[in-house]
Amino acid sequence: MMDEYRGVWVFIEQNDGKIEGVSLELLGAGRKLADKLEVPLSGVLLGYEIKSLSREVITYGADQVYVIDHEVMKDYRTESYMKAVINLAEKYKPEIFLYGATSNGKDLASAVATDLSTGLTADTTMLDVEVEKRLLEASRPAFGGNIMATILCKKHRPQMATVRPKVMKAMEPNPDRHGEVIEEPITLREDDMRTKVIKIVKDVTKKVNLAEAHVVVAGGKGMGDLQNFQLIHELADTIGATVGGTRDVVEAGWLPHEQQVGQTGETITPKIYFAIGISGAIQHVVGMKNSEFIIAINKDPQAPIFDVATCGIVGDALEIVPKLIKEFKEARERGGEMSYV
Amino acid sequence: MHIVVCVKQVPDTKIIKINPKTNTLDRRSAPAILNPYDAHAVQEAVKITKAIGKGTISVLSMGPPQAEAVIKKSIEIGADRGFLISDRAFAGADTLATSYALSKALERISKDMPVDLILCGKHAIDGDTGQVGPGIARRLDIPPVTNVIEVAEVNESEKTILIKRKITNGYELIQAQIPCLLTVEKEINSIEYSPMPNMIKAARYEPVIWSVNDLEAVDRTQLGLKGSPTIVGKMFTPPKPEGGKRLEGNADEQIQQLMELLNDKKELLQPNSNK
Repeated sequence: MMDEYRGVWVFIEQNDGKIEGVSLELLGAGRKLADKLEVPLSGVLLGYEIKSLSREVITYGADQVYVIDHEVMKDYRTESYMKAVINLAEKYKPEIFLYGATSNGKDLASAVATDLSTGLTADTTMLDVEVEKRLLEASRPAFGGNIMATILCKKHRPQMATVRPKVMKAMEPNPDRHGEVIEEPITLREDDMRTKVIKIVKDVTKKVNLAEAHVVVAGGKGMGDLQNFQLIHELADTIGATVGGTRDVVEAGWLPHEQQVGQTGETITPKIYFAIGISGAIQHVVGMKNSEFIIAINKDPQAPIFDVATCGIVGDALEIVPKLIKEFKEARERGGEMSYV
Repeated sequence: MHIVVCVKQVPDTKIIKINPKTNTLDRRSAPAILNPYDAHAVQEAVKITKAIGKGTISVLSMGPPQAEAVIKKSIEIGADRGFLISDRAFAGADTLATSYALSKALERISKDMPVDLILCGKHAIDGDTGQVGPGIARRLDIPPVTNVIEVAEVNESEKTILIKRKITNGYELIQAQIPCLLTVEKEINSIEYSPMPNMIKAARYEPVIWSVNDLEAVDRTQLGLKGSPTIVGKMFTPPKPEGGKRLEGNADEQIQQLMELLNDKKELLQPNSNK
């Protein structure tokens, strides 16, 4: 019965007619799995007036796109999206189904997995497939240790996983790729919906956008206390960087949650990442390890953060950071190459 | 208004220590606490019933007998009563089997007192999955709204609730029909100091404990390890990334080297744009 299930699917999340980056990354990751299994890769695209996006899904690696373009799908809602996705999965029976680990992706995948009585692995950071058994190997950092766990779903299909944004790589889009667009009808009516999105309010005043920052100065609990943590802000101000922090720092109330980097915060890939007083627990490292240039400052020479650092300084952050601030300020005053504020 | 809050006992990840030799959790070092997001869910239930002027708050948990501690903690915050489902049959459950067991307990609770609202934390800090809340909603066929940052209005006569749901760079204002299930973010409220009568009540409180036999129409193949489609295949240390380069010398020398390195890479060091 499990042999009926074939193909790799990716849920294509779009907001305001723009495809989320994680969906394109998943097409890249899904392409590799589909090639190994010798099956097609399909995108599942839901929304209103979004059919034209299916072209983009194909250029990023899909062989097929299932499209449901209907007014009831205009805004994401669990109940409408879930019903559409469940119907598709029951009709076409994919063996693997991937979603971005975004608020909507996690919400949708949880509901779909419950209905299909199948396994769902959360916040995956590595994906592979065991070809002979056609088994998805979805790996994620395990709780309580610098260790990864590979989660398997042997007896149920589809095998589902949500995948962290910015850990997989999207393919270069190929405008010459061909693919098939399959439009599916839908029978849902607005009157049957029990939730309504009244309005969407965008907070334009929000200054901190970690995801787009080129330079991030992040601090951990090694900074000691809130007062010392001000050094992180001061360094960031000096070089025009955005401040980030570990979960401990957010739990302690030194930073708001939107500035948390790591497994339950943001996954970011800035050009330069300062990790100061951060030991480098795997939950943090998965959120920043793909940064281009990583500078670690920590007292403990054994701290795992040094394994991912491009440049490590063993020393007391309280001594090093003020000196760094001074250096950057002097460089700026000299007006030389490093004046950038 | 009858609100049920689903709560979980978790190890306190802030205090937890890792055994560097085995790379695993030193469980003796980890005291068990009420999952912080669930505490905010209980607090929100208190806020809602206070605003309406009446209502009952029940809390539900699944776990070993010692998990009754998180029910007592919930009573302290302001819950009226608590239920713990505890049985070897539930052990080893993944999120699918967990939402099944909890939904069966919720059916039992709602038989005596129909449930209007189910609140859960956004996720538990030990597994970080966030999958159980939406799973329960699906099983009970009620709408879920995840990542809630504000309950703006509860209209009992119209049976609707107005909620703000967090999205990237903003929020959605959502109207949902009651009954529904909400999962809450921490910013939804701040935990208030428990009044003395609550503390006294909590100290004496004994939750209702149900075994699998107390639940009705249970398909045992969907419980615990047996009912869990996912298994842990293997554990491994992640491949070491490149890097690991250390600077040498005293603090001043290291800083000079770093400044030189950054100067070579100055094209990277563009300030963040102010958009």
